[in-house]
Amino acid sequence: MQSTSSKLWMAYKLRLKRRWLLWRALRKRHQLSVVRNRTRQITRDAILGFSTVRNEILRLPFFLKHYRALGVEHFLIVDNNSDDGTREYLAEQPDVSVWGSTHSYKKSRFGVDWLTWLQIRHGHGHWCLSVDADEILVYPDNETRPLRALTGWLDARSIPSFGALMLDMYPKGRLDRQIYRSGQNPFEILCWFDHDDYISKMQDRTYYLSVQGGVRGRVFFPNEPSHAPHLNKIPLVKWNRRFAYVSSTHAILPRRLNKVFGQSAQNPPTGVLLHSKFLHVVIDKSREEKQRQEHFTYSSRYDHYYDGLMANPDMWCEASLHYEGWQQLAELGLMSQGDWRP
Amino acid sequence: MAVGFIILAHEHLDRVAQVAGYWAQRRSPVVIHVDARADDEDYRELQDGLARFDNIRFVERRACEWGRFSIVSATLDAATLLLSNSDDISHVFLASGSCLPLRPLEEMNAYLDKHAGTDFIESVTTQEVTWTVGGLDLERFTLRFPFSWKRRRRIFDGYVKLQRRLGISRAIPEGVRPHLGSQWWCLTRETLEAILTDPDREVYDSYFSTVWIPDEAYFQTLVRKHSTMIESRSLTLSRFDFQGKPHVFYEDHLQLLQRSDCFVARKIWPRANLLYREFLGGDLKKLARIEPNPRKLDKIFAKAIDKRLNGRDGLQMQSRFPKAHLWNLPRTCASYSVFEGFSDLFSNFETWLEKRTGTRVHGHLFNKRTVKFAGNATIYNGCLANSAKLRDYNPEKFLASLIWNTQGEHQSFQFGPADRQDISGFASGDPNASFFVITGAWAVPLFHSKLNFQRVRRVAARYQSIEARHVNWLRQHEVRAHVNIWSLAEFVETPMPILQTILDGVDPTASRKLTEVPKMADLTGFGQFVQKLKNEGMNPHSVGDFPLGRQSDQPVSPAKPYAVR
Repeated sequence: MQSTSSKLWMAYKLRLKRRWLLWRALRKRHQLSVVRNRTRQITRDAILGFSTVRNEILRLPFFLKHYRALGVEHFLIVDNNSDDGTREYLAEQPDVSVWGSTHSYKKSRFGVDWLTWLQIRHGHGHWCLSVDADEILVYPDNETRPLRALTGWLDARSIPSFGALMLDMYPKGRLDRQIYRSGQNPFEILCWFDHDDYISKMQDRTYYLSVQGGVRGRVFFPNEPSHAPHLNKIPLVKWNRRFAYVSSTHAILPRRLNKVFGQSAQNPPTGVLLHSKFLHVVIDKSREEKQRQEHFTYSSRYDHYYDGLMANPDMWCEASLHYEGWQQLAELGLMSQGDWRP
Repeated sequence: MAVGFIILAHEHLDRVAQVAGYWAQRRSPVVIHVDARADDEDYRELQDGLARFDNIRFVERRACEWGRFSIVSATLDAATLLLSNSDDISHVFLASGSCLPLRPLEEMNAYLDKHAGTDFIESVTTQEVTWTVGGLDLERFTLRFPFSWKRRRRIFDGYVKLQRRLGISRAIPEGVRPHLGSQWWCLTRETLEAILTDPDREVYDSYFSTVWIPDEAYFQTLVRKHSTMIESRSLTLSRFDFQGKPHVFYEDHLQLLQRSDCFVARKIWPRANLLYREFLGGDLKKLARIEPNPRKLDKIFAKAIDKRLNGRDGLQMQSRFPKAHLWNLPRTCASYSVFEGFSDLFSNFETWLEKRTGTRVHGHLFNKRTVKFAGNATIYNGCLANSAKLRDYNPEKFLASLIWNTQGEHQSFQFGPADRQDISGFASGDPNASFFVITGAWAVPLFHSKLNFQRVRRVAARYQSIEARHVNWLRQHEVRAHVNIWSLAEFVETPMPILQTILDGVDPTASRKLTEVPKMADLTGFGQFVQKLKNEGMNPHSVGDFPLGRQSDQPVSPAKPYAVR
C-alpha cells in the first residue's frame, strides 16, 4: 500500500510534469508558421482532428475520407517538411487548416508539442481526435454510429477520453508485392493481423495500461520485447486547455484520462486504430528514417527494425487472421463494446 | 375516441417538431412543454414550424432539472391544457422529445379502445423495485432532497447521510402508498382528471416537491388512489443500462425496434436519420392487433449484461484487463494438463499421450531457451511465437492465450525444474489446470548423464529446491487446480493404475483401456545412484523411498513392458 504522502507527492510530480509539457508547447508555438488557417469555420461543438504529417500524400485522401465520414468537421494539421506535395494538397482541402514547421520532429516530442499548442488554442471544449495519417479508427458500430454518437454517449456519462488498440495490419507476401494506389482502402492490401500475441502491463502510478507485442513484437523484437513499440492509444479526448499528451497519444495527463481500458469502472467501449504503416512505401521510408533518426527516443535501438523492414519481409504466418470488420475485432476481444451495445 | 399526447422536450427541437407534426396530422391533439433553458430561437422556430396545426399547443416554459419537481409541474400544466381543450380524447400519452412512434396511430387508438378504462403506468411498491441506482428507494419518500443532485452532488450526498444518521424520517401524507415506475405513462382521461382535481392536490404537490425524482413517483403513486384498472407497465419501450442511464437507440437498432411491436420507443439518437425516416416517413406496416412485446429486447439486453458481469473466462485483452476482484474467476477458458517428470521417465511419453488421447501434447512450453510447441512449430495459434523472451515478457498471458486460441482441443505440456517457473502461481490457482507430477523424476536423466558426479550433485540439489517451491504452490490451500503428485518411488511401484488415471484425467468422457504403455527408462542401478547422492551429503527426498538395489533385482526390459494385463 502506498502511503498518502507518497501518493500526494506522485500527484504533485505529475502535475509539474504536465505544466512543463504545456510550457514546452507554448514555447514551441513559434516553430509553426501558418500555411492555411480556416479555424474560423470551427463551430461550437465540432469534432476536431489533429495530426502531424510528413510526406503522406499517398495516404491522406483515404485518411480524410474516412474521418469525414465519421464526422470529423475540421482538421488541424502540422506539416513537417514534406516535399511530395502534401502541404499543397492539404491547403486545398476546404475543411483543413495547415501549419508548417521545419524544425526537428524528435525535439518537438514527435510533433506532440506542436499539436499541444494547437489544442490549447483551438481544442478547448471540443472532442479532439489525434491520429497519425496511417491510423484509421474503427469502433463498435462505426458504420451506423458516427463519432458524434460515441461522444454523446461518453458525455452523458462524463467520460472524457476514449482508448484504442493500435493494430498493425500487414499483407500476405513480401511488402512490395502489392502496390497501393492513393485513395484506395489500404486494408484491401493490408488485410492480415495478429490477434492474440499482445502483452499488457498496468502502470499503477499513472493508471496507464501499456500494450506491446503483436506482429512487430513477433517479427522485429522477439529478443527485446520491451523495446517493441507501444500499441495502446488514447486518440479521442474531450479537450481542456490544461491537458497534455505525454508520449505520442499513448499516455496523457492528468492521469485520470488514462483510464480508458479495463481500468475504468464505467465499462466504456474501446476502439482499434488500424495501422497502415506496412504499405509498399515503408521500405523506402525506413531507409530515410533510419538515417534521420527522428522517430524513436532511443533511435539506435531501432536500427535493426529498419533493417528488417528494408529487407522487404513477409510478415504473414499460418496463424494470421484475415480482417473482416469490427465485429470480428470485438469477438476477438481486441476492442470492447462495453455498455454501448446493444 | 383518440389519444392525446404530451411532449416534454428540452433539446433537439427539430425532432420534436417532426414527431408532434406526425401525431397532429393524424388528428391527435398534442401539448408541448419545452424546458425554459432550451435555446429561445430554436423554440420560436418550433412554434413557427408547427403553427399550421391547430391541435398543437404550447404550455408556459419552466426550467426543468432532472430529479426535481419542476418536471412534474410541467406535466401537470400540460395535462390541464390538453384536457380542457380536447373533449374527444380518452387517453393521454406522456412522451419525451426523444420518443419515436413505431406503429401506426390507428393501431394505438384501436388498442386503447379495446382497453378503455385501463391506465398503463408502471407502478410498483418500493419493496419490489430492483432498478433504483444508488440505493435510494423508500428513502426517496421519507427523506428530504432540497439540493440539486446534478449541480451540488456533495451537498446532496452529505444531506442524505446526515438525515440517515439523525434518523430523520418525515411523514408520508395520509392515503399515499409510495409507488415507483417509469416516468412514461398513458392514463385515461378520468384518472388524470381525478388527479388534477383532487381536493388534496396541494398537499400532495408540496409533499412531492421534496421527494427525490418525483417524475418516477408522483403519478405512479397517486394513480393507486384514483384508478379503477391499472396495467402496471409502460407502453413506451425504453431500457436502462447497467448504470441507470437510458439506453439510446441508433440506426443499427432499426430491426430490433420493428420487431418489438411497441407503440413508442425512447430514447432515439437525434441524428439517427434512418430511424426517423423509416418510422415517420411513409406508412408504417400494419401489425393488426399484436400486443407490444418488449420482452424480445430483454433477451439481448440480458446477454449483454451477463457478458459485462462475467466477461469471457480466460480472455485476457486490453479491453478487459482482469481486475483484482475478478481474480477468483477461471484464468483460462478451457481445461489443460501439465505433466511433470513424465518425459524424464518415459522416452516417448509425448507421442504416446498424443496417440492415446488424440489431444495436443506440447514439449516444455516454458523451456528457458525456446518455447517447445508440439511438432516444433515456430508459430502457434494466435500468432504466438516460439521466442522465449516474448513469452517471458508476460508468461501468464502467454498461457491464457494459448488455451484461448486452441479451444476445442485439449492442450497438455511438459513442465519441470529446468523450466521458467513464473506460471506456478497462476496455473495452481486456475481450476482449469490439471497437474500430474512425479517428484524427483528429474533425477532419471541425471542418472543417465555422463556428467561428472559433483556436477550432477549440484544440479540435483538445485532442481530439488526449485521443484519443492513449485510443489509448495500446488499444496497450498488456495490451490484451485486439480493436483496429483507421486514421488518417483511411488510411481515406479504401480505405474499402470496411475497411467490409467492420467488417460481418464485428460479426457474423462472417453474410457480408454490401457493397452499400450510408454517406454520407461532403464532404472537398473538407480537405487545405488540415489544412495550415492545421499553419501555425498544431499538428501534427494523428493525421489521418495527408493530401496537400494530393488530395481537391479527386477530389471525393466524396454522391449517387454513392465506389465500388461
